[in-house]
Amino acid sequence: MSGMLKVLTVTIRRGGAWQAFEVPRRESQTVLDVVTFVQRHLDPTLAYRYSCRVGMCGSCAMTVNGAARWTCRTHVDKVAQDGRLEIAPLRNLPVIRDLVTDMREFFDKWARAKGQFTGDRKRGDDFARVAPESDKRQLADAGIECIGCAVCYSACDVVAWTPDYLGPAALNRAWTLLNDERDSRQAARLRAVAGDAGCHACHTHMSCTERCPKALSPTAGIAGLKRAVVVAALKGEL
Amino acid sequence: MNLRGETRLWIAQRASAAVLALCVLVHLATLVYAVRGGLTGGEILERTRGNAAWFAFYSLFVLAVTVHAPIGLRTVLGEWLGWRGRSRDIALLAFAMLLAWMGMRAVLGVFA
Repeated sequence: MSGMLKVLTVTIRRGGAWQAFEVPRRESQTVLDVVTFVQRHLDPTLAYRYSCRVGMCGSCAMTVNGAARWTCRTHVDKVAQDGRLEIAPLRNLPVIRDLVTDMREFFDKWARAKGQFTGDRKRGDDFARVAPESDKRQLADAGIECIGCAVCYSACDVVAWTPDYLGPAALNRAWTLLNDERDSRQAARLRAVAGDAGCHACHTHMSCTERCPKALSPTAGIAGLKRAVVVAALKGEL
Repeated sequence: MNLRGETRLWIAQRASAAVLALCVLVHLATLVYAVRGGLTGGEILERTRGNAAWFAFYSLFVLAVTVHAPIGLRTVLGEWLGWRGRSRDIALLAFAMLLAWMGMRAVLGVFA
């Protein structure tokens, strides 16, 4: 802590205006710790959302100094500039209050992208055997750890420009299911992710991949979907 | 426009981009070669008039532009101006025809 600023100047976006707070600087302090301090000690009316605090639940994402981040695992050391933090709700989502966004549209798009697993095996059937080293399993594994935090969705310019665009998280989910050999709705899924609001709207800016806190690459998954949709279209199966 | 149509537009734009990449390279290389010793209108017409290969190449060039540019513009209009739907597609079809007419007029102008 030697040489470190003792106080952080934190400005928080609240209902269209910025409100400034002075927060004591602590060792190993996360951005979520800072927001929690503000609510517990400075202004109990501040609304924000969190749950697990260990990077599993995906509920605490906010815009910190201009970039979408998971706040529970973002250390103040890494993001504070001259002892200043600017905290706002996630972009591209309606704000309910203060730092809390309405994530319904975000998750509705997962459903629209056929993000639900649908198998066709019955109770009496044997287990499906998927070789861990198979190409499809590896492709699914590469995108499966998504925690649904909406950081990628908030970072995506195409979402901002095309409100119907399904977005990186929903498309990443569709890609992992497309590579799930047990799933029985692949044709419907390809139709769901095709078109102007689907995978072909992606400009490969890679903001999602750059910002994903789990180091996934939705961009790679979307590229895979683009190829799969084109192949289906050329075969007349779309 | 339906899903199949939108997907076909995407394929057409990528395919025309590949054609354009080749056409632009050939076009620039020809330019550099042609102007080595200075260039006059007469020299250009001497090379292009009645040259079927030249005519075929630049007709392909115009066709690729006609396909590629309106599809790209379709996305730009949607994203930047929020202009979507049938009116946009009709306007862009007219723009494509304008490009084709202007392009082929120029090609025929130096071929015939």
